[in-house]
Amino acid sequence: MTEITEFDTIAAISTPSGEGAIAIVRLSGEQAVAVANKVTRGCNLTKVASHTINYSHVIDPQTQEVIDEVMVSVMRAPKTFTREDVVEINTHGGLMATNRVLQILLSNGARLAEPGEFTKRAFLNGRIDLTQAESVMDLIRSKTDRAMQQALNQLDGSLAHLIKNLRQEILEVLAQVEVNIDYPEYDNDELTLQMLLEKAQQVQSQIQQLLKTASEGQIINEGLKTAIVGKPNVGKSSLLNVLAHQDRAIVTDVAGTTRDVIEQLANVNGIPLQLVDTAGIHETADKVEKIGVDRSMQAIDTADLILLVLDGSRFLSAEDQQLLQLTKNKKRIIVVNKADLPQILDLKTIDCDPQEIVQISAVAQQGIDQIEQNIQRLFFTGITTQQNTAVVTNARQVGLLKQAQQALSDVVAGIKQQMPIDLVQIDMTNCWDKLGEITGESAPDELITQLFSQFCVGK
Amino acid sequence: MKEYISTENYDVIVVGAGHAGSEAALAAARMGQKTLLLTINLDMVAFMPCNPSIGGPAKGIVVREIDALGGQMAKNIDATYIQMRMLNTGKGPAVRALRAQADKNEYHQVMKNTLEKEPNLTLRQAMVERLLVKDGSCYGVVTNTGAQYQGKAVVLTAGTSSRGKIIIGELMYSSGPNNSIPSIKLSENLEQLGFQLQRFKTGTPPRVDKNTVDFTQMEEQPGDQTPRTFSFETPITDYLKDQVSCWMTYTNEQTHQIIRDNLDRAPMFSGVIEGVGPRYCPSIEDKVVRFADKPRHQIFMEPEGRHTQEYYVGDFSTSMPEDVQQEMLHSVAGLEHAQMMRPGYAIEYDVVEPWQLKPTLETKVVANLYTAGQMNGTSGYEEAAGQGLIAGINAALRVQGKDPFILGRDEAYIGVMIDDLVTKGTNEPYRLLTSRAEYRLILRHDNADARLTQKGFELGLISSNRQEVFVKKQAQVAAEIKRLQQTRIKPSAAINDFLAGLGMKPLKDGMLAADFLKRPEVNYATLLQFIAPAPEKLPIAVTEQVEIALKYAGYIKKEAAQIAHLQKLEAKKIPENLDYDDVKGLATEALQKLKKINPTTMAQASRISGVNPADLSILMVYIQRGRIAKVKKEA
Repeated sequence: MTEITEFDTIAAISTPSGEGAIAIVRLSGEQAVAVANKVTRGCNLTKVASHTINYSHVIDPQTQEVIDEVMVSVMRAPKTFTREDVVEINTHGGLMATNRVLQILLSNGARLAEPGEFTKRAFLNGRIDLTQAESVMDLIRSKTDRAMQQALNQLDGSLAHLIKNLRQEILEVLAQVEVNIDYPEYDNDELTLQMLLEKAQQVQSQIQQLLKTASEGQIINEGLKTAIVGKPNVGKSSLLNVLAHQDRAIVTDVAGTTRDVIEQLANVNGIPLQLVDTAGIHETADKVEKIGVDRSMQAIDTADLILLVLDGSRFLSAEDQQLLQLTKNKKRIIVVNKADLPQILDLKTIDCDPQEIVQISAVAQQGIDQIEQNIQRLFFTGITTQQNTAVVTNARQVGLLKQAQQALSDVVAGIKQQMPIDLVQIDMTNCWDKLGEITGESAPDELITQLFSQFCVGK
Repeated sequence: MKEYISTENYDVIVVGAGHAGSEAALAAARMGQKTLLLTINLDMVAFMPCNPSIGGPAKGIVVREIDALGGQMAKNIDATYIQMRMLNTGKGPAVRALRAQADKNEYHQVMKNTLEKEPNLTLRQAMVERLLVKDGSCYGVVTNTGAQYQGKAVVLTAGTSSRGKIIIGELMYSSGPNNSIPSIKLSENLEQLGFQLQRFKTGTPPRVDKNTVDFTQMEEQPGDQTPRTFSFETPITDYLKDQVSCWMTYTNEQTHQIIRDNLDRAPMFSGVIEGVGPRYCPSIEDKVVRFADKPRHQIFMEPEGRHTQEYYVGDFSTSMPEDVQQEMLHSVAGLEHAQMMRPGYAIEYDVVEPWQLKPTLETKVVANLYTAGQMNGTSGYEEAAGQGLIAGINAALRVQGKDPFILGRDEAYIGVMIDDLVTKGTNEPYRLLTSRAEYRLILRHDNADARLTQKGFELGLISSNRQEVFVKKQAQVAAEIKRLQQTRIKPSAAINDFLAGLGMKPLKDGMLAADFLKRPEVNYATLLQFIAPAPEKLPIAVTEQVEIALKYAGYIKKEAAQIAHLQKLEAKKIPENLDYDDVKGLATEALQKLKKINPTTMAQASRISGVNPADLSILMVYIQRGRIAKVKKEA
C-alpha cells in the first residue's frame, strides 16, 4: 500500500546546497508551526503574528542541545505559496548545521518533501493557475523519477542489506504475534512480552549504531564545508592547491555566488571537502587593505571546518590572534605553514589545544596527512572507516530511523505498562513500516504471507 | 424449455439462500422492498457445508457488525448454538472474539423459518440459469423451470455451486456442495455477459460417528461458563447452560507416512485439481508436505449438532481417496475404530474476479446486478453474510433511488474485506484476519454497536426500540467517562493498602480516577472501591466500554489520528468516468491498474499495488486541473 502522504507536513532545504551564507529550511502543512515550535526555543511560534520573522534557536528536543541560531518566518494559510501554513527557518550555520536542523524537523513530525512538492501543493490548493498545471505534472514525473534514482543510489548496499534483515526479523516476530491472535487454538509458541521486549531492544541498539554513522555518512555524501582563513601571504592558496590537487580526477571548480569566493571540491582520503577560500586566492594589491578579517568572519560562520593558517616563519600578529579568538568555538585545525623555513613562531604561545596544531609545508607538500588525521579525529568516530559498514547518508534516512526508534521506545514503554501484546504490536508494526520506507520496500500482504509460510494453521 | 413471464414483479431478486443470500434478502425485504429469494434446494437454506461453527477472530467481529446493521446471523447463532467460547481473553480488547459451535440442522431451520415469516419476502426453490439484461442493466432472472422473474435489482450469491466439481481421490464429478445440484448455465451466461471468472478450490474433512470415537484419548474443550451473546439484542439470560464439548487430538508420524505413501493418488499433487486453494485452509496432505518437519498436527473434533452422532474432524480437510482417508483416520489417537460417515472432499468452483465490482458490490460489467459471498472469492460463512448484507442494502437503496452504502476500512471489518476485494482482487479464497485491518483497536467486537447501530437505524434495519436502548447506552458510557475524568481519588489508608499489596508506592497527592484506571492492576471494579458509584447502576456492557476507552486511550488516540488522515484522502473523490489514457505521465503499470480497478477515491487509488506516490500526485493534479477548467467555464 502506498503511504498516504498528501496531508503530511513537509520540509526541505530550499536554498541550493553549498551556496550562500544563509540556508533556508522550509516547512509546509497543517503541523508546520507546531513542528517548528517543538524544535525551537526563544519565542512561542504558535503565538506570533502571521508573516513575521522571529529570532530563535533550533534545539534537539531530546537532548536540549542547541543546534543553531536562527530567524524563523511564520506565514499562516492561506496567504502563502502553498496556501498552507508555511514556516521558513533561516539557518546561518554551514551545511552540517542546516542538515541537522532538517533532520530534527524530520524526526519531530515533518516528512522530507518530494522534489516539486511545494509547487504541487501550491497548485492543488489553487495557488497556481491552469496554464502551469501541465508543467507541474512534468515536474513531478521527472523530478520524482530522478529523486527515486538518487535515493536508490544513495542507499548504500550494506545499509539496504542491514535494514532488510532487521525488517525480516521484525516480520517474523509480528507473524508470531498475529498467528496467536488469528489462530489462538493452535499450539504455536506464544510470543511473550518479555521476548518482544528483547527483540525491540535488540533492534533499538542496531538502529542506534546506524544513527551514529549518520553525520559521518552525510559528510561522505555531501562534503564538509571547509574555510581556509588566515592573514595574507601565510600560504592559504598553496594549501588549497595542495589539498585540491591531491586527486586531480575528482576536483571540480564551482563558482560561488560572490565573484571573489571560490569553492573547490577536494577529496582528502575519501572525505570530500568543499574548500572555501575567501579573498585569499584573488587578493590584489588594492584590495588587500579592505579584505582580511571581515571576509574571514563570514566564512568562519558558515563553515563546518576551519583551517586556520599561520606562518611558522613569523611571530603571531594581532590579526592572527583575532582569528584564533574568532574560531575558538568551531571545529578547527591550526595549520602552521612554512615548516621548510626557519621556525620563529613558538607553538606554545598559540592560545589553543595543542592537538589542534599541525605543522606543514605546503610548498614541500609535507604534513598534509596530519591534516587528514585531524579531520578524522574531529568528525569521525572510526565507524565509517571500516570496510563494508552500513552508513546512513541523508536526512531522510536519519528522519525515518529516528521515527523507527521512537516507535521502538513506544514498544518498550507499552511493555513496561503491561499493555496487551496486540497493542504493543501497533508500535512494532509502525517501526517495521518506517524501516520499509527507507528501502522503499513494501510488498502487498507481506505479513500474511509470512504468517502462512512460518506457521502451519487452518482447517 | 418453454419460458413464461411470471406476473410476479419484484424490487429485489436474490439468487442463492446461503449465508450471503439470506442476509441480502432479509435486508432488502426489511428495507421495504418486495423481495424474491430463489435457491436450488430449500433444504439447504443457510446450510453449513463445512465446519459447524460461527465466529472466531475477525469473523466473530463481523457477526457483531452484521448484528449492529440489523442483520440476522448473530441472532440465528444465538438461537442455535451448542457451545460458546470467548477467544483471546489473555490478549487486548481489540482481538477478543466470540466463537460458537452451531447445531447445523437447527441453524438451517431457524434461518429458513425467519425467511418464511418475513413480510415482503418470497422464498422459492428454483435454479437460476440466465440473467435478463438490457442495455447493460439487469432487470431479472430466468429459472430452469422457464420462469422469467422481473426485478429492479438482482443479487447473485451462488456460493460454490457455480460449475462446482467434487474431487475425492481418483473420483471427480460435477456437484455443488454436499452433493447438491451444481449451477452450470449461470456461469456460462456470466461469461457471455463479459465477466472474467476464476477457478478456486476449497475442501472439507471427513465426518465420523461419535459412537465409534474414543474420547478418553482426547483433550476436552468445554464451552465458557460466562454468559455471552453475539447479538446486542439477545437477552443475556437466554444463555445456554447445557453446552456440548469439542475434543482435541493429534495426527502422528504414522498418519504422515500414510499420506506420503499415497501422494501419487492425491488430487492436490497429481495435477487433477486446477483451482487455487487457500493458504490458510490447507488440506492435511498439504500440511504434511509443506511442514514436513512438524511431528504432529492438531485435530479438533466438533459435534455437528445435538440430535446427530456426526462429528466434524476439524483440521483434517482432505481429498485423498476414500480408502486412504479411512486409513489416515484410523492412525489417529482416539479414532482407531472410527466409522467414517462421509468422506472429505475438495470442491472446485467459479468465482467472479472481484475487481469487477464496485465498493457497493454492484458489478461494473452489468448495472443493477450485485454479487456477494463465496462467488466473490471469499471463504467463510461470516465473510459471505457480511457481503450479502451490504449487497442487499445497496440493491434496496438502488431501487429507492438513494445514495449507496459503503463502509470504510476504519468503520468495519466488512469495509476492510470489501475494499480488499474490489481494490486488490484475490488470487486465493479470501479469509478475514485481524491483521488485514489497519485499525483493529477501533474495530473491536465490543464496540460494533457504537460503530454501526446508527447507520443501521438510518437504513431502516434497526427498530426504534433498539435504537433507544443504544442511544441510552452511549449516553451512559459518555457520562461515566466524563465523571471518571473529573473525579479525584484522594490518598487514603484504603488505597495505599491496596497499592502496598501490589508492591507499589503509596499515593501522595490526589489522582484522577481516569488515570488510576490506566494502571495495569486496576479495572473498573477495583476503581469502584475508592470512588463513589455512578449515579445509576451501570450494566457491564457500559462499564466495559468505559474501561477500554480510558485504559487504552493512548493507543486509541494514535489510531484515531491515522484514521483522520485516511479520511481526508477518502474525501478526495475521483470522477467515475475519468479517462486515464488522457492523464499524461502515469507509469504504465499504474495506468493499467487504474483503468482496471477504476477507484472511487484517492485513498482507494493509493491502495492499489503498483500505483506509486508520483502517480497519485499526477492524478490529483489532473483532477484539480479539470475542476479549475470547469469553474472557469461556469464563470
